[in-house]
Amino acid sequence: MLVFIIRRSLQSVLVLFVMSLLVFVGVYAVGNPIDILINPQADQIDRERAIAALGLDRSLPEQYGGFLLGALRGDLGRSFVHSTPALALILERMPATLELAFTAMLIAVLLGIPLGLWAGLRPNGIAGRTIMAGSILGFSLPTFWVGLMLIMVFSVMLGWLPSNGRGPTTLLFGLLPVSFLSLEGWSHLVMPATNLALFKLALLIRLTRAGAREALLQDYVKFARAKGLSNARVIGVHVLRNILIPIVTVIGLEFGSVIAFAIVTESVFAWPGMGKLLIDSINVLDRPVIVAYLLVIVFLFIVINLVVDVLYSALDPRVRLSESRG
Amino acid sequence: MSLPLLEVAGLRTHFFTKAGVVKAVDDVSFTVARGEVLGLVGESGSGKSMTGYSIMGLIDPPGRLVDGRILLDGRDLAALPAEEMRHLRGNRVAMIFQDPMMTLNPVLRIDRQMTETIHAHEKVSAGVARDRARAALVKVGIPSPDERLVAYPHQFSGGMRQRVAIAIALLNHPDLVIADEPTTALDVTIQGQILFEMQKLTRETGAAMIWITHDLSVIAGLADRVCVMYAGRIVEQGRVADVLSQPLHPYTQGLLDSVPSHSARGARLRQIPGMTPSVIDLPPGCAFRERCSRAAAACAVTPQESWRDAGRDERRSVRCHLPLAGGAQP
Repeated sequence: MLVFIIRRSLQSVLVLFVMSLLVFVGVYAVGNPIDILINPQADQIDRERAIAALGLDRSLPEQYGGFLLGALRGDLGRSFVHSTPALALILERMPATLELAFTAMLIAVLLGIPLGLWAGLRPNGIAGRTIMAGSILGFSLPTFWVGLMLIMVFSVMLGWLPSNGRGPTTLLFGLLPVSFLSLEGWSHLVMPATNLALFKLALLIRLTRAGAREALLQDYVKFARAKGLSNARVIGVHVLRNILIPIVTVIGLEFGSVIAFAIVTESVFAWPGMGKLLIDSINVLDRPVIVAYLLVIVFLFIVINLVVDVLYSALDPRVRLSESRG
Repeated sequence: MSLPLLEVAGLRTHFFTKAGVVKAVDDVSFTVARGEVLGLVGESGSGKSMTGYSIMGLIDPPGRLVDGRILLDGRDLAALPAEEMRHLRGNRVAMIFQDPMMTLNPVLRIDRQMTETIHAHEKVSAGVARDRARAALVKVGIPSPDERLVAYPHQFSGGMRQRVAIAIALLNHPDLVIADEPTTALDVTIQGQILFEMQKLTRETGAAMIWITHDLSVIAGLADRVCVMYAGRIVEQGRVADVLSQPLHPYTQGLLDSVPSHSARGARLRQIPGMTPSVIDLPPGCAFRERCSRAAAACAVTPQESWRDAGRDERRSVRCHLPLAGGAQP
């Protein structure tokens, strides 16, 4: 186990390095931030000074080398726009995105698994068919459109829920500003979280249903019933434990993508998270923030995958982490 | 004769599929006495496993028990409410399945899979349940049971897994064990061990057994009586020695002829011509008539079971209009 984690960490460093190189070169190719950042009326001397101050007068390898040296010290550069460390800027916005993502994932899991099980147990019932038809909608309706519709119905027409922002935040553990501790915070959180959850909900329903349908045909389920176990135990223990293996994997992978791609939802609901920061930064070609954001996301994916692998071995006794060489 | 432990009478289990009605079990009647081993022989699809599942109340939709009685100690299982039936399963009636690689849940530890069987029927402490599980493992000949209890199924060989499944089936000292080809998936030496073990265990606990198999040689060594099934019906039943030595039904004769034997070495193996009929919307009449050398016009009418005395307080039956003359005449 320990060997596995150490090996994984070393691989992660390599992944981060390669990723930083790709991102840095990619962002360099996108456009020249000078054209956007500097007042067109500025004279040549001001221009030169600004370029030198941002370090843009140096060649690409020089810039990347400087970035790498800084990165080793935990410094991912300063934002061109805000003149603050890019990493700090992202970490400051991160709790908002994480809260949104966690809530969305929670909604998806708490609704998706029971609904999927239901549909899997009674595939021909009315409820089962309705659930499956609903999941197709969840898959196919575009996130931004659903978000707009939610705003139109619940904010504009009914006036029940606020349409944007995060509302007042409370400090959790005296550290993290969160919305979910107050009722008003919830009223801000519930719509964007639902919107973000919709796709994952549909995915989990289908995955759980397929897993349950398959597991129910297995001999061990028949044997469990032959042992005289109650239906609740057969489903809740024997079936669920087996289908949790793929579900946990997918939840892990999807959680990463929920964080990374909360951008659309954050934009629609003006949620002050990392995604919105990224969009703003891309608009002004704030290179250090873009690079730092992408590296943070890659880092999150790596951590989530590691957690999933460890969880996987806990769920499936046939998986031994010490033996895997992946 | 005292009341049999199990009496199955006129059992019909049909599957209502889109392609038509599958009469998997069609008018099956037999009895099992206490401590007796009954063999249920037939090809794949003859309905022998479905007969077992019907007794266990484990028929899944679109299948349904259409008709018949299943009397266990005089109580009709077919009419029992679901919760009472659940309480009998794994407690008074237990079942062992064919493929030991598939019957144990791969993600649950052995001790959990064993103790849950006890807890499903009795309120006992975790410690007591564990001790009983351990004792059951010892009884089926599993070495170092304490280590094995905390192991997972994938750490066992096929034979060992089947032993665990047998231990689970016998945990609550059932009156009846239904064994659905439990040795088919094992290699021959292990097969012998398991057979021996099962024989010993049922004799010790006094449990009766229904042994479902397609292997006549297993039946010859194990069972007291045998039912031969074909296309959902019992075509012949009686004492094993009688049925195997003097078969009455042409199908039984055909089965016996197709077993390779030492004396007929080098000779071409005789097989029954044709194939098992599809049991979807089976036409009336004897299902075997298409493959039977003795078939006549009368065979277009479904034959009824006819019983005859076989001596020593035993009776045997055959479901044929033109039975072979081998058996004792009525």
